[in-house]
Amino acid sequence: MRRVAVTGVGVVSAIGQNATDFFASLRAGASGIRPVTGDYRGAQLRFPTAAQIADFDPQQHFEPRQVDYLDRFAQLGMVAAREAVRDAGLVFNPDLASNTVIATGSSLGGKYIEDDGYFHMYAEGAQRFHPLSIAKAMHNALTSHMAMELGITGPAWTTSTACSSSNHAIGQAFWMLRNGSADCALVGGSEAPFSLGVLRAWEAMRVLSTDTCRPFSKDRKGLVLGEGAAILALEPMDHALARGARIYAEVAGFGMSSDAHHLTMPSAVGAARAMRAALADGGLDASAVQYINAHGTGTLANDRTETAAIHEVFGSHARNNLAVSSTKSMHGHTLGAAGALEAVATVLSLSHGLLPPTCNYLGRDSDCDLDYVIEGCRQRKVKAALSNSFAFGGLNAVLLFKAV
Amino acid sequence: MPESPEDIATRVIRVIAKTQHIEPTAFTADSTFEEMKIDSLDGINIVFAVETEFGVDVPDEAMKALRSVRDVIDGVEKLLAEGPKISEAPAA
Repeated sequence: MRRVAVTGVGVVSAIGQNATDFFASLRAGASGIRPVTGDYRGAQLRFPTAAQIADFDPQQHFEPRQVDYLDRFAQLGMVAAREAVRDAGLVFNPDLASNTVIATGSSLGGKYIEDDGYFHMYAEGAQRFHPLSIAKAMHNALTSHMAMELGITGPAWTTSTACSSSNHAIGQAFWMLRNGSADCALVGGSEAPFSLGVLRAWEAMRVLSTDTCRPFSKDRKGLVLGEGAAILALEPMDHALARGARIYAEVAGFGMSSDAHHLTMPSAVGAARAMRAALADGGLDASAVQYINAHGTGTLANDRTETAAIHEVFGSHARNNLAVSSTKSMHGHTLGAAGALEAVATVLSLSHGLLPPTCNYLGRDSDCDLDYVIEGCRQRKVKAALSNSFAFGGLNAVLLFKAV
Repeated sequence: MPESPEDIATRVIRVIAKTQHIEPTAFTADSTFEEMKIDSLDGINIVFAVETEFGVDVPDEAMKALRSVRDVIDGVEKLLAEGPKISEAPAA
């Protein structure tokens, strides 16, 4: 089995529209959570804050005609993909292009075109939908646009497993590289949930915070929605070394599980099984992991359950030398893109020897008693880290990374 | 009073130019879709915009036969002459 290296990263988020700015914000503990903005046809939203990309201008990145064909999630994803390819210095000759995987995650797909279409149809009596509705809304639109723009002809797909979408995409592509089925992969995910219909649906779940995102904290009120995209370039370690590529970290393992429990209530047993599966897949003992980029949504249920699952997997090590932080306190919960943003956060943490903080922490919660890096960014070189994603529907996906 | 053919042609060209993000002077009524690099997806987008502009309903078969700007102009003239117009507010 081959080792797999991360050689390029690209990010568009509320805390930076490239990977450098993204990590600078994580390092500074600078949250992108702000009062929610947007044109919602006069509707009053029931939640006050969001992690939105205020100044993303598609015209700066695409020809006007291209903009028409890309819903916002695909626009964000394309910008991240271009950065990752540029960052990795990859050139796709026909041979590499046919052996390159594209795997992206999205929970929602292109919702803006759908929202507009439903408004015109139900509210205004329109008899027709916009002809680009299917092509812009399909969850695989980002993967398809990446393939077309970069000329990549290998295996390509999109996973949609709610908040685990990106980790499922990254993990499956990682396995293909590891077992020799492909020679390169562009992986990650994208989400743009700020259309009124999606926001109303999330409001109705009663999980959105009434102030901000305070993962693992006492008085935490819920999650804060975010938008964004992140793409990582993966290559077999020997290929990356042979071409002198910069290597951020190694993807070392991947684990999945299903809670088979409840549509929205998480299960510590299921989460623990996914973390154990990732460790086993990477052949690593739990004691070797020194950092976890937690799912850490800031909801009562997730943070309590995730803490219990970490105790279950790591035993006494959980209280001794295991740092856990939730970067969602800065970039918000980007749903299907969460795993991708957090994978980039994790590999940059490993390569910089810096662990990003959990922001907005008010004090200890009786159910959450781990080391949550609440004091600010921590300088610490760690050898191995997990990045957790636990989705509604009980579908869990955990990535294991190693420093190089 | 029915519109003159010139008016219809001008409006069709304006709609196509806007849809394709090109100048109305960049092509003529005699330009073909092939020359203009208008593919099938662009085509349905143009037809949608034309339907909205003129309040007509372009049948699938008529749409599939479109190969040039002239075809669109002729088709709109024919539909307007036939009526009836579809009744709805402009969409998206």
